[in-house]
Amino acid sequence: MTGAWTIALVVLAVLILLALVRLLRGPSVPDRVVALDAVNTLVVASMIILAVVKKQVIFVDVAIVYALLSFVGLLFIAKYLGREM
Amino acid sequence: MINELFTIVLLLSGSIFMLLAAVGICRMPDLYTRMHAAAKVGTIGVILILGAVILSFRELAIATQCLLIILFFLLTAPIGSHMIGRAAYLTGVKLWKGTRVDEWGAAGTDTLEKQSPSSAEPPPDETAS
Repeated sequence: MTGAWTIALVVLAVLILLALVRLLRGPSVPDRVVALDAVNTLVVASMIILAVVKKQVIFVDVAIVYALLSFVGLLFIAKYLGREM
Repeated sequence: MINELFTIVLLLSGSIFMLLAAVGICRMPDLYTRMHAAAKVGTIGVILILGAVILSFRELAIATQCLLIILFFLLTAPIGSHMIGRAAYLTGVKLWKGTRVDEWGAAGTDTLEKQSPSSAEPPPDETAS
């Protein structure tokens, strides 16, 4: 049973690398921001899977805070890019 | 037994949706289509994986926290991608050449590059006409 979670964790790590390719290659700045948002989503998912694999509930709290901070950061970057700030 | 089966199915489908999101991030031709892939498919993937975690732990406290994360993603993913797309359009990121409808461009919205007289950049493609 733990094997399936570990495999999912490895798959998500590979997907994070795949999104990082777009983060490095993206032709414009908003491209990179969108890729960063996808990386944040993947990190939240893998953090929750890590809570199951390690059997430590604290990772779920960490995932909540991470999602909240990534949303606030995304809003600030968007406002800054639109030159409204 | 049936519980583990449901957990595996949810985890597998969530991982597949995450794979689709990442492949869409890499392969889509345009910022806006990439954003579409990242926001919607990524949200569905996170929700399915959280459902698998809820079924795996089967405790009320963790289920509440996971439902909170689901609600938070459902609230914030559209807002975030809307803000990024708006900022990208205002700064003049080009649409894909196969785009059929560009309502904001047809309405004559001034982008920042049109407003500033110094930059000689052409406005974004107005393929909708």
